[in-house]
Amino acid sequence: MLSIKNLHASIEGTPILRGINLEIKAGEVHAIMGPNGSGKSTLASVLAGREEYEVTEGAVLFQGKDLLEMAPEERAREGVFLAFQYPVEIPGVSSTNFLRTAVNQVREHRGLEALDAVKFLSLMKEKMKLVEIDQKLLSRALNEGFSGGEKKRNEIFQMAMLEPKLSILDETDSGLDIDALKVVSNGVNQLKSAENATIVVTHYQRLLDYIVPDYVHVLYKGQIVKSGTKDLALELEEKGYDWIKEEVESKAIV
Amino acid sequence: MSTLTTQDTFTPILESAPSNFLEQRLQGKDQYLTQGLPALKAEEYKFTLIRKKIEQTISDIRNAHVFDLDRDQVNQSIFPGFDGSVLVFTNGRLNLELSNYDENLSISKISDQQDLPLGSIAKAEKDPFVGLNQAGFPDGVFISVAKKVKIEKPVLLLSFNKSNEGQVIQPRVWIEAGDFAEASFIDHSVSMDDSPYFINKVVEIKGGVNSQLGYYRIQNEGAHAIEVSTLETDIREHSRFTSVNVSLSGDMVRNNLNLNLIGSNSEGNMYGLYLLNGKTHVDNHTNVDHTIPHAESNELYKGILADQSRGVFNGKIFVRQDAQKTNAFQQNNNILLSEDAVVNTKPQLEIWADDVKCSHGCTTGQLDEEALFYLRARGIDKTQAKGLLLYAFAGEVLEHIEEESFRDYCISLVSDRLGSKF
Repeated sequence: MLSIKNLHASIEGTPILRGINLEIKAGEVHAIMGPNGSGKSTLASVLAGREEYEVTEGAVLFQGKDLLEMAPEERAREGVFLAFQYPVEIPGVSSTNFLRTAVNQVREHRGLEALDAVKFLSLMKEKMKLVEIDQKLLSRALNEGFSGGEKKRNEIFQMAMLEPKLSILDETDSGLDIDALKVVSNGVNQLKSAENATIVVTHYQRLLDYIVPDYVHVLYKGQIVKSGTKDLALELEEKGYDWIKEEVESKAIV
Repeated sequence: MSTLTTQDTFTPILESAPSNFLEQRLQGKDQYLTQGLPALKAEEYKFTLIRKKIEQTISDIRNAHVFDLDRDQVNQSIFPGFDGSVLVFTNGRLNLELSNYDENLSISKISDQQDLPLGSIAKAEKDPFVGLNQAGFPDGVFISVAKKVKIEKPVLLLSFNKSNEGQVIQPRVWIEAGDFAEASFIDHSVSMDDSPYFINKVVEIKGGVNSQLGYYRIQNEGAHAIEVSTLETDIREHSRFTSVNVSLSGDMVRNNLNLNLIGSNSEGNMYGLYLLNGKTHVDNHTNVDHTIPHAESNELYKGILADQSRGVFNGKIFVRQDAQKTNAFQQNNNILLSEDAVVNTKPQLEIWADDVKCSHGCTTGQLDEEALFYLRARGIDKTQAKGLLLYAFAGEVLEHIEEESFRDYCISLVSDRLGSKF
């Protein structure tokens, strides 16, 4: 589904990603871990099409198409979804109108007919249950005055509404208490299927107790320096990131 | 380029003015001649070089004459869904035959009035354009709402303007509302041609005690229109006055809005939206004068500027020594959509009382890129995402229009513009 080859990206001339290689197949969950500043969020942003980042080398194919050629909205319509680390508050834009516009533009792209108000509302009601989000929140302006937990729930709710092929969860666990973490993870797990894939970007292993990855990759200085199964995450939790750093540095000396 | 000097630029108008209201006309003439058109460095017109613009554009310094209009033209110009009184003007003169209005309103031409204290609210000594209008206005409208009368439906002042190759249009409006009276007015001008013309409008509103008045205006003049307009009102005890001004086009537009809070427990509201493109220049100067205790003023002006357009906002708040317990709030926010668009914003607060709540703030920035990316990352295309964000920004002003059909009309014009042009 997603094939990343030798991806290099920089921001304002500073290289952040220095040759990422990653293959993701439908049905898989991949966790990207790594110390602060290793490039985890940059990878998520580059995949979603954030324009501040400049891709200097490499290629990304999504379902056989050149992802890097597409505008952010095209990527979303093709089925890439980024759950933001910091969802944006947008005063004056109603959550419901925003989501209806988004859902219908995505549907149009996929050759489906637009949902009318009634159908849209019933879809919303159905998906709201997944993340236990209160309807009152959705009658307010988009994310405005939402708590950290409410914003993250809203991200997963939007994900449920847009039915993406590839979901990228960027530090979705940050700022969540354990109850909210369970609710959000539960939502993600229910949306998992054999047809879609998930990338979980996280600093801590905690989230991976709830969203169990098939593969764990450790990102350090803009490269994937180690890959393994969920056991790798447990090892990281226990020993921290220093041993990985040491391992990388010693290889570099050799 | 005209070689006329400041003093005699408008001499033909002063000399050809009608002979009624002679005393006021002479006073206006005197004030105009004393002050002259604003000089290049005049503080009040610092960012709006109106004199240069007038001298470059206006070739025929005479009042534009009345012209024929038919009912179809009037009907076509009334926005959809409007239900209320309609007063029709051609180049500032009231056309009673084409007007129809609520029988509770008292309406006449100014020339049919005898002892109207014109110039007692908008004073000629404060601004040369008020002086010019007072000296030379050809005619105007007198509107009166009697004591305790509530005009249920809005009153549309529908002005048709035709330049006749660069002539001058000087509308004059006098509105008075008795104690406990309620009414709202919608000011809408229609350009009949696209050649240059100069509008110099003065609206005076005298509100009674416990009155509730609204004055809503949309300015979508032709691309070559120069407009100076002054609206001034006295707000008395327990009264409320709300102005909403939406500027969409024109060459150079200057709006002077002056609210005098002269009775306690009164409220004055000023809302404005300027949505500009091309080379349009819009300058909003507002002035609220708190002279008595326990009054409130609220002000929110917002601008969205594209291309080489230019916006000016100057908001004065005076809180006089006696005006304790005043609440005065002012906000001006701008979004610049191009590198060449410019905004000059200046809050000006003079507070002499010590027990007051006053706040002001102004921001000028670009469209929030992070918000734009967020919307696009959900599949909304860039143009529509921009439109959504800008519309949300503008909507905060439009929601203060309390007349539904007019609000819908403004919303449709604004969202059309945000969807296509920007």
